[in-house]
Amino acid sequence: MIRPLFGLLALVTAFGLVTTGCSKKSGASSNNGEKILRVGNGAEPQDLDPQATAGVPEHKIQSTLFEGLVTDAADGQGIAPGVAESWEISPDGRTYTFRLRSDAKWSNGEPVTARDFVGSFERILNPSFAAEYASMLYPLKGAQDYNTGKLTDFSQVGVHALDDRNLQLSLTDPAPFLLEAIKHNAWFPVHLPTLAKFGGIHRKGTPWTRPGHLVGNGPFVLTEWRPNQRIVVRRSPTYWDRDNVKLDQIELHAIENQETEERMFRTGKLDYAYGLPLSKIEVYRREHPDVYRQEILLSTYFYRFNVTRPPFNDVRVRRALALAIDREAIVKNVTRAGQQPAYNITPPSARFAARTTLDAGLPDQPARIAEARRLLAEAGYPDGKNFPTAELLYNTSDGHRAIAEAIQQMWRVNLGINITIKNEEWKVFQDTCLTGNYQIARAGWGADYDDPHTFLSIWRTGDGNNQTGFSNTDYDRILGGALSTPNETARMEAYQQLEAILARETPIMPIYFYTRVYAISPRVKNWVPNPLDLRGWKWIDLAP
Amino acid sequence: MFRFIARRLLETIPVLFIIVTATFFMVRFVPGGPFDSEKATTPEIRANLEAYYGLNLPLHQQYTNYLKAIVLHGDLGRSTKYASRTVNEIIADKLPASLQLGGLSLLIALVLGLTAGVIAAVKRNTKTDYAASSFAMIGICVPTFVLGPLLVLVFAIHLGWFSASGWYDWQDRILPSLTLGIVYAAGIARLTRGGMLEVLNLDYIRTARAKGASEARIILKHALRGGLLPVVSYLGPAIAGILTGSFVIETIFQIPGLGREFVNSAFNRDYTLVLGTVILYAVLIIALNLVVDVVQVWLNPKLKFE
Repeated sequence: MIRPLFGLLALVTAFGLVTTGCSKKSGASSNNGEKILRVGNGAEPQDLDPQATAGVPEHKIQSTLFEGLVTDAADGQGIAPGVAESWEISPDGRTYTFRLRSDAKWSNGEPVTARDFVGSFERILNPSFAAEYASMLYPLKGAQDYNTGKLTDFSQVGVHALDDRNLQLSLTDPAPFLLEAIKHNAWFPVHLPTLAKFGGIHRKGTPWTRPGHLVGNGPFVLTEWRPNQRIVVRRSPTYWDRDNVKLDQIELHAIENQETEERMFRTGKLDYAYGLPLSKIEVYRREHPDVYRQEILLSTYFYRFNVTRPPFNDVRVRRALALAIDREAIVKNVTRAGQQPAYNITPPSARFAARTTLDAGLPDQPARIAEARRLLAEAGYPDGKNFPTAELLYNTSDGHRAIAEAIQQMWRVNLGINITIKNEEWKVFQDTCLTGNYQIARAGWGADYDDPHTFLSIWRTGDGNNQTGFSNTDYDRILGGALSTPNETARMEAYQQLEAILARETPIMPIYFYTRVYAISPRVKNWVPNPLDLRGWKWIDLAP
Repeated sequence: MFRFIARRLLETIPVLFIIVTATFFMVRFVPGGPFDSEKATTPEIRANLEAYYGLNLPLHQQYTNYLKAIVLHGDLGRSTKYASRTVNEIIADKLPASLQLGGLSLLIALVLGLTAGVIAAVKRNTKTDYAASSFAMIGICVPTFVLGPLLVLVFAIHLGWFSASGWYDWQDRILPSLTLGIVYAAGIARLTRGGMLEVLNLDYIRTARAKGASEARIILKHALRGGLLPVVSYLGPAIAGILTGSFVIETIFQIPGLGREFVNSAFNRDYTLVLGTVILYAVLIIALNLVVDVVQVWLNPKLKFE
């Protein structure tokens, strides 16, 4: 009498058979002479609508399917013409006129016109659409007012179609980084008739982004989207520069776990692994230099001080803590992926490198520690005596914990102070930082575009991303004037002054500049380093 | 029996109601919200977002709206994280992969576990028993995040027999099902061995022996039925867990299952997806516990539906 058991077994077997029977045969790419690139792409995209998302994995996919006015250059530096074949900037830097190419087409064959851009910008700025990254378009005159509902007439916003092929953008202030900024997916055009067909222009999450529905204007078109598995795009037959597109197909796999991704790369299922697990970096560096890559990324790892609360309302205490840690030791022994020690917030680039940093005049670690001790004693805590209890907060992660522990130990040894460390789950942590309910908190900041403005504009009084309570009238004044300066030299000089103020006031404690460590098959060609990790997909090629 | 099942089904309604209500308010009282991110948005944009998803309404109104949508339309709402998908769609999309993985794992678990358990009980205190019991002990002690990569290392990377990860064809199914199956097999083996040992000492087994039944008949027909009772009560919640997906296995093997959504939705404060997965999990547990109760009565003549 084991009928129930058999029943159960039969049920389970049936489950297995029925469900496995449903699966389609695919997986490892069979390329019949076709060039199929398979890449790891991080998290599952929240959506493919370029105006509804703000993340990096989404941006990578969207930049295969859409193209903005300008796009990424083949060498990874600067910009190349996109939908716009040329542009003019007025002498006051406030008006940009783009000439759209006549052969720019949507994937359904319709031409891409200046009116498409105007309609798209209206969509992302419309308050009822509630776009997270609408603020990317705030340099446009009236854009912020329209987005916040203070202005209801969109014709007063600084974007106008002079005719089908001429688009004019008018800015409130000159924004010398505008051409860099408009590479962001928030500035991509969308095909409004398609949106209207699938449930409305000002609605998010309608099925217009599904394969078969999506109409884009990029070098590739969407053919498959399996959530948490992969997105497949194929070469577009209507893209204006289709003759220069090298790949036939790209598979973008949604993989968050680096160990899994590395195993896929090792078993030949990926040509490119987005990141390498820490435990594998050394092995790859030593044994597989042909696939190992390490690149600078425009991002900074730092700690925020809450300058409104004792003891960190005293600049001497903040400076003492910031000087007393050994950044070289942290990047060499803790983070171990080639990061660069940071003594200021803006990562050095061809465009800008800070002159005055935290360690100005203190050439080596002993000198920095001596200065830190002197400052702490001056603040009333000689050798750390009577230093009040303080807490360092980080978001739960093994990596952040290891860094926090190392820094805690450095403060204990070098300054004689005991700072407790505490972790919070990511969303709780963000809430805590946003409400200023911390003393020292871990932070990171990555550039949206390659310009120091993106690192220095957040420290203005009351900025949503400031979160330290730092408020300095000189800083606000110089920052406010930076964009109206007559030329680039003067503007960079303004940023130098801002860096000097941050070094002096130390509302934040920079720790290191990020690097990106990944593995890529030697077959992949034209994969160039880019400090924002942006890809001009059409340039990339695959050797047989 | 039908009255029993009908009554149990009616009892489900208040239970589900309490679960939905408690979850709804609990996720709301956790600090942090769906739109918090490393880069803070302006208060106006945040207000727009909250208005778009109806999160600006008073909480009790959101709650009644949510209940109404479920009861009247079976609509679990829209995901705030995956803007282009509804919760119903995400569940419909992800559940099949979890069911496949769970089904295969369960099959492996039952075959391995029952065999090992019965053999260990019959040959108790011999080398065979020690071997089977050691297998069970190891299976219980080694976590899936160790076993999974270990199996991948041997069978995918060195031998190249199966895929290291992915969820496209049959080769992708083997290693994850084996990993998850072995863990449950271990538990089943131990329970089966324990249950069988208890039963094998009872009078009716001696009676069966005395009347000359063959050993195979005694074990498969008489002993197994009673010996399986502890396994059956273990299987109810275990199957619910196994079918709704495993976060660890799905992550290691890159499987588009529901287990990851279940865990990540909480991290993302994707309120509707949290609720949707919790409701599904609750319904499965309740349903499977009911099945277990029915099966137990069937197996054990001493129990009655009442």
